[in-house]
Amino acid sequence: MSLPVTGSTSPEAVAAHEGAHGDAHGEHAHPSYLTDGTTIKSWLLTVDHKRIGVMFLFFVLLFFLVGGIYALLVRIELLTPGPTIMDAMAYNRAFTLHGVVMVFLFMIPAIPAVFGNFMLPLMVGAKDVAFPRLNLLSLYIFLTGASLAIWGMLHGGADTGWTFYTPYSTQTTTTLAPILFGVFITGFSSIVTGLNFIVTVHTMRAPGITWFKLPLFVWAIYATSIIQVLATPVIGLLLLLVIGENVFNFGMFDPARGGDPVLFQHLFWFYSHPAVYIMVLPTFGVMSEIVSAFSRKNIFGYRAVAYSSIGIAFVGFFAWGHHMFVSGQSTFDGAIFSVLSMLVGVFTAIKVFNWVGTVYRGAVDFKTPFAYFCGFIYFTVFGGMTGIAVATMSLDVSWHDTYFVVAHFHFIMVGGTVMGFLAALHYWFPKMFGKTYHDGWGLVSAALIILGFNFTFIPQFLLGNSGMPRRYYEYPARFQALHVASTAGATVLALGLVIVAIYLIHSLVAGKRAAANPWNSKGYEWMTASPPPTHNFVGPQPVYPEEPHFYVDPKKAEAPDAV
Amino acid sequence: MNDFLHNLLFLPEQASTFAEKVDSLHFFVVGVTMLMSIGVGTAAIFFFFRYRRREDHQHTDYVVPSLKTEALFISVPLVFFLTWFAIGLRDYVHMTQPPKDAMDVYVMGKQWMWKFSYPEGPNGVNVLHVPANRDVRLLMTSRDVIHSFFVPAFRIKKDVLPGRYTQVWFNATKPGTYQVFCTEYCGLSHSKMLAEVVVLAPEDFDTWVKEQRKGSLQNRQDALADVSLVDPPARMAEQGQALVGSQGCLKCHSVDGTPHIGPTFRGLYDREESLEGGQKVHVDEAYITQSMMDPGAHIVTGFGNVMPSYQGKLHGAESAAIVEYIKTLRAEQ
Amino acid sequence: MQSSAPVVSVPEGTQAPKFAAHFATLDVQNHAARLGMWLFLSTEILLFAGLFVCYGFYRFNFPEAFAEGSRHLDLFLGTVNTIVLITSSFTAAMAVHYAKASKNKMVTLMIALTLLMALGFLVIKGFEYHHKFEQGTLPGKYYHFAGIQVPGITLYFTVYFLSTGLHAFHVIIGMGILAWVMSRSMKNHFNYANFTAVELGSMYWHLVDLVWIFLFPMLYLI
Repeated sequence: MSLPVTGSTSPEAVAAHEGAHGDAHGEHAHPSYLTDGTTIKSWLLTVDHKRIGVMFLFFVLLFFLVGGIYALLVRIELLTPGPTIMDAMAYNRAFTLHGVVMVFLFMIPAIPAVFGNFMLPLMVGAKDVAFPRLNLLSLYIFLTGASLAIWGMLHGGADTGWTFYTPYSTQTTTTLAPILFGVFITGFSSIVTGLNFIVTVHTMRAPGITWFKLPLFVWAIYATSIIQVLATPVIGLLLLLVIGENVFNFGMFDPARGGDPVLFQHLFWFYSHPAVYIMVLPTFGVMSEIVSAFSRKNIFGYRAVAYSSIGIAFVGFFAWGHHMFVSGQSTFDGAIFSVLSMLVGVFTAIKVFNWVGTVYRGAVDFKTPFAYFCGFIYFTVFGGMTGIAVATMSLDVSWHDTYFVVAHFHFIMVGGTVMGFLAALHYWFPKMFGKTYHDGWGLVSAALIILGFNFTFIPQFLLGNSGMPRRYYEYPARFQALHVASTAGATVLALGLVIVAIYLIHSLVAGKRAAANPWNSKGYEWMTASPPPTHNFVGPQPVYPEEPHFYVDPKKAEAPDAV
Repeated sequence: MNDFLHNLLFLPEQASTFAEKVDSLHFFVVGVTMLMSIGVGTAAIFFFFRYRRREDHQHTDYVVPSLKTEALFISVPLVFFLTWFAIGLRDYVHMTQPPKDAMDVYVMGKQWMWKFSYPEGPNGVNVLHVPANRDVRLLMTSRDVIHSFFVPAFRIKKDVLPGRYTQVWFNATKPGTYQVFCTEYCGLSHSKMLAEVVVLAPEDFDTWVKEQRKGSLQNRQDALADVSLVDPPARMAEQGQALVGSQGCLKCHSVDGTPHIGPTFRGLYDREESLEGGQKVHVDEAYITQSMMDPGAHIVTGFGNVMPSYQGKLHGAESAAIVEYIKTLRAEQ
Repeated sequence: MQSSAPVVSVPEGTQAPKFAAHFATLDVQNHAARLGMWLFLSTEILLFAGLFVCYGFYRFNFPEAFAEGSRHLDLFLGTVNTIVLITSSFTAAMAVHYAKASKNKMVTLMIALTLLMALGFLVIKGFEYHHKFEQGTLPGKYYHFAGIQVPGITLYFTVYFLSTGLHAFHVIIGMGILAWVMSRSMKNHFNYANFTAVELGSMYWHLVDLVWIFLFPMLYLI
């Protein structure tokens, strides 16, 4: 591929050039990363961050499917107040495994390990992440841990809930230990990925890319990585302690020996609350990219959005106690945790307002990724505000461990993370695979998913209000109508996801070739071929934009309008 | 209006003094949440149509927020959130501090049932009888794993932990029967760990207690019960009196006010004691229980640290009985 | 951004630093390696921090049991072990010094000394463990020592065994890393331009030492 060699090439010229000629003679001179080596071995031993990202994509989708099947089993079981399709033990296992798979095997790696791996080096103009071999190692660590956990699930499974609360988890007779150990191992993968990204952002930025020229996705992944590196070791230790309790009876949390089960909860939430931000911060980054690309607009308040990511990462470490307002922690502690949780809400509010502000006086093109942005923004407002509601101490007394909390965190995790994952997949799909998909089907399935999601979880808010506790196999008959509504919604949601799977697989096989920059985006990752060549950029690197997300007419760029 | 919102949000009936306070904050928070979601949603949809794309490589204006706008973005949510926090904290403090003269009931959670014992005598399994319009305090412990005591109609919930006591209180306003759920996952039959609170008019409650003491209803209660759980139908304080003898407490503690190796039990409950190291402690159920389980933790001035621990030697119901016995030995006022 | 392999002149017989082409310069590559190591060390600190929290919490709940338990450890062996480990950290630091001076023989010697002391540490620790197994001062349900029977004592020994056990595990990993570094110094690899491996190995060893410097007063002295 022959790129213009003059140093002053404007990014648009490069993109246009790619678009015009990329198809014709791209593959001969510089094969794309997909075709550079086609043997199985060339994939399994690759150190290319793009191939590793694609392999992660394959596996997290697999685990998304597994977790989704468990979710549907749970929803079907709850169609009637009594037993429906399984017994209590099977139900307790199903919701535990749904939680474990979705949290540890899907949502935590979903965006960082797939799109972070693929896009972050491209976005900072690097050839690869700082430690490519460690990056490959993190994939294998993840697979080892995941296989062990899945093995444990097939040989008995756990029935503790994904929170593994002691002393129940130290007494259960189910196969808990391999699952805990599997999760412990995947933690290493998460640490290695985070560590790699931090070092990459610090040391691998192309010349001229200062911190405030970084796209917001990079800021979000950077903030996420800090949490991954600092919080994961604590849960690692904690899982080892629970294994020690469960298998060897060391008595660390055993009340009969003076141990305190509430200490477990503190240590658990010290990781697991920040882990929520491991799941949603990358989504915030994805959405910043998408809202700017599809409304062709600079981000309204770029620095505010960037700093608020770091703010969430920081404050998120000191809010864990809001999971324990009724667990016997002191009122004083509770008050501190409550007010700090409010601050997370403020940081999120800053982001939301700035995203909506970005659309103001923009030029909106309503494509599939943007549809997910629309769903996301509403889910985040509603999910975030109900988060503030459950952080309000007197209200949490009623809502704690009811379906209200279940609905709230699904709004954040499905409405946030899954929307972000799907949006990222649709936004970057042409770049990653060099193929286009059918936008009409994309919009239809996005509408089904958003609608189905609302029908699944709004009834659950109401169930929580009326007092339905979570993790109940049987329930009083007065709750049935809302449960049926929720299951019906889940079916629509599942249908939407199936359609996505069908047209994406179809486009992989028979899709049209994508141009280098089909969205006319100003993101740096779009300034190379689709799919990118093995070393990301060929020839002299394109000039980095003056500002990230910069769609302004250069003539008018001097005088911004302050609103 | 209240009724309408109630039905709209599927809230359970309001059957305690807390319910109205909690619900009004609930309406405030959820109302603002819905308005915000609708507001942001409408603004977004309006923008999509007003600012739709007109040409492919359209340039847009360079719009940045002024400092004032960003300050507004931060301060408006912050004011709302802090208001909710303040109201929530005030109500939470009210809900977690039982009044002094509340009627005590001991609660024991066990996989998968609730056992209630009254200081004056009757026991109940999975049915808690309380008088209406009277403050009731539940002193709760678990025999195995963590449970959580939840009465939606009262808007109360508290985890029930093994190895320590937690407390919760309420004042039921209307006679009737209310559902109790266990809300902390506790194993196979978690969803069957249900109980009922039967709120009786005060005179009916007195009658019920009398009948219970006569034993006419005792058989029926026992029939419901897991036999292993139900202690002989002795009054708790009497049980406690027997226990302090059999466990050897009386070797060091007197019951008539004379100081011995340890502090006397007479008038101990509800007293202010000064501790080694100058602190003061108010002697309540928690302090007495702790002194049995971990005697060295807080030593009253003038006494040696010589008492052995009763951790593992007394089970929850027994230590509760001893506490009840000590409570009967209050100093004459 | 385009970078070709830099030409570094190195002393005769030693190995030029391996340069990975995706970095801008060799300095950036070394900086990245050090930054990565610091981040990794911070995760290790947090791993032990979880145990320190358990220790602090239970010490607050059972001050006597913990005082009693710590008086029961062998202060002499603990002190000897502390001295051994601090000295080994010194020799590890000297190895870096000699690597920068391109003196591979001295690097080998210093790491050999470090490994020897690490082994000594484990042997002494083994004696301490052996004594506890004989006596029955073991964690949780395995505790059967009649000498101390205060509430919370089993927790002390749970924390003791878990934290020293996890630390010993880190000592073994550290020994593996140092042995690998030594195998390279024996092949005369290091010089003033190529010493990052020695430096990182030594950093890891300092961490192992640092954790012990917290564990020793926590478990033995107070």
